[in-house]
Amino acid sequence: MKLLKLQRTMARAVMQPLTESERMQRHAPDGRSMRTYAASFIKPNDRLTSFERLEIYNRQYWFRLLSSMTEDFPGLRSVLGSRRFEAMCKAYLVDCPSRSFTLRNLGSQLESWLRKHSEWGGEKQGLALDIVRLEWADVEAFDGKAEPALQSEDLGAVDQATLRLKLQPYISLLDLQYPVDDLLLEVRKDDDGTDFASNAFQERRKRKRVQAVARLKPAKIFLVVHRIDNSVYFRRISAEEFAILLALRKGKTLARAIELALRKTSIQPNERAASVQQWFTNWADLGWFCQTANF
Amino acid sequence: MPANKFNGFTEYGIGIGLRAPHYDHILTRKPVVDWFEIISENFMIDGGRPLQILDQILEQYKVVQHGVSMYFGSAEKPNREHLRRLKELVKRTKTPWLSDHLCWGSVDGRYTHDLLPMPYTFEAAKLTAQKVHEVRDFLEIPLAVENVSSYAEFHVSEMTEWEFLNEVVERADCGILLDVNNIYVSSQNHNFDPLEYVNNIPAERVAQIHIAGHSKYRKYILDTHDHPVIDPVWKLYERAVQRAGHTATLLEWDDSIPSFQEVHDEALKANRFLASTLLAKAV
Repeated sequence: MKLLKLQRTMARAVMQPLTESERMQRHAPDGRSMRTYAASFIKPNDRLTSFERLEIYNRQYWFRLLSSMTEDFPGLRSVLGSRRFEAMCKAYLVDCPSRSFTLRNLGSQLESWLRKHSEWGGEKQGLALDIVRLEWADVEAFDGKAEPALQSEDLGAVDQATLRLKLQPYISLLDLQYPVDDLLLEVRKDDDGTDFASNAFQERRKRKRVQAVARLKPAKIFLVVHRIDNSVYFRRISAEEFAILLALRKGKTLARAIELALRKTSIQPNERAASVQQWFTNWADLGWFCQTANF
Repeated sequence: MPANKFNGFTEYGIGIGLRAPHYDHILTRKPVVDWFEIISENFMIDGGRPLQILDQILEQYKVVQHGVSMYFGSAEKPNREHLRRLKELVKRTKTPWLSDHLCWGSVDGRYTHDLLPMPYTFEAAKLTAQKVHEVRDFLEIPLAVENVSSYAEFHVSEMTEWEFLNEVVERADCGILLDVNNIYVSSQNHNFDPLEYVNNIPAERVAQIHIAGHSKYRKYILDTHDHPVIDPVWKLYERAVQRAGHTATLLEWDDSIPSFQEVHDEALKANRFLASTLLAKAV
């Protein structure tokens, strides 16, 4: 068997989902019995059959990838429940196997995939999508690129009509239907106590999570996922602030972004200039704007 | 050999893997450690805390890069984005050599994130060596390939694992990262004599040695890096340094990671065997 053919044959088996009891399936991807399939390219030894040897890799693959998904999406796990989350991850990974050399990117397609597979979110689909967006934004903010930042004084004498400000690449702007930032922080706080392994503790923790999800009511929020001194933070902002930042990210000029954002605002006309100025000062102080050729 | 062209003519001593639970201890206590090995992929990113930590470590310690997803043995071409990011990191760390595994793990652009075993064929050796060449030409740095632990063997294999390793490194003219724990694990899983393996590798190509612990199951052994090094593995290490000399040695401990001190103390046990190589040299 040539190298490429052997690798395709083995990879198909390794990436095939495990059974409910976390064993290798009895049937191979090509319909043959897995015993025959495994024996066609793997030698048995005095202790293990070809099937059992291949199964070691099959199980390692799924344990490793599911563990990575669990680490990256603890919030979604809380929303769906552990069993449903694991089943969803399996379905996702079958449809979207890793195409990156790093596990960091494993969840990069999850939001778009979940949108098309609303059966996993069910009644909680809106909440599930919101938390996935937040958790992926968190991954991006953790190790995304940072450009040299503009300082607030740089914004003093700019021509608003032509200036296009660029946001830091690591920043995500999220318009969410649920206050999932609170939920995620609660889930994480909860996870900090993992050294405690008693059943009673695990039960209490599970109950607490279920309660946290159950009491989460829809409430539209606008969130910036950013970082300060390399720690990730979630910052809630107003609808107007969100609209300005979104317009800037889409490449609108400063003047156009402000105009679009304030079109339907309830902020009094005499307070608008001061508000806008304060926002930009805050954002610049947080290092959200990149230096561009204009500065 | 202590210093050779495969490890950039360096004389590194005993290092440990740089792992997140130890960051705080290392940065605040500044323990004396010969060198740290980093998993390249953890730092092939655009920014954020991991690179900040790495830069702080680089200010005080020697760092060597070890990769887990180059997949020299995969039949497909190297991933250009992977290579670009890896080269960027090489410039940052100034690693004198770089290692990755003699295995495959991706096919048709799909990644298993595992170190899958090679079929020991001449075709595979030729393709693997070509890929090692290509990667080294791009990175412009000495490369060493590491033997992996394996749990399966293929019908198509035409030689032993050590013969395959020799075939690849001779063709590619690259170094070996000799993992004596992996040799032990595979020897138990495939019923061969691990000493025969150590005795048959080209000692002059050994750039670095890995030691680690593993987990024993009823019918096989798994390379879990979550235990101290066992005596039979130290025996292989002793033989390896008898043959290769005072070689850069690294302890891997990746799961159920104990305190920094415990990991470092375990690594420093290698000194017992390295000292004898120095004595032999003196005599």
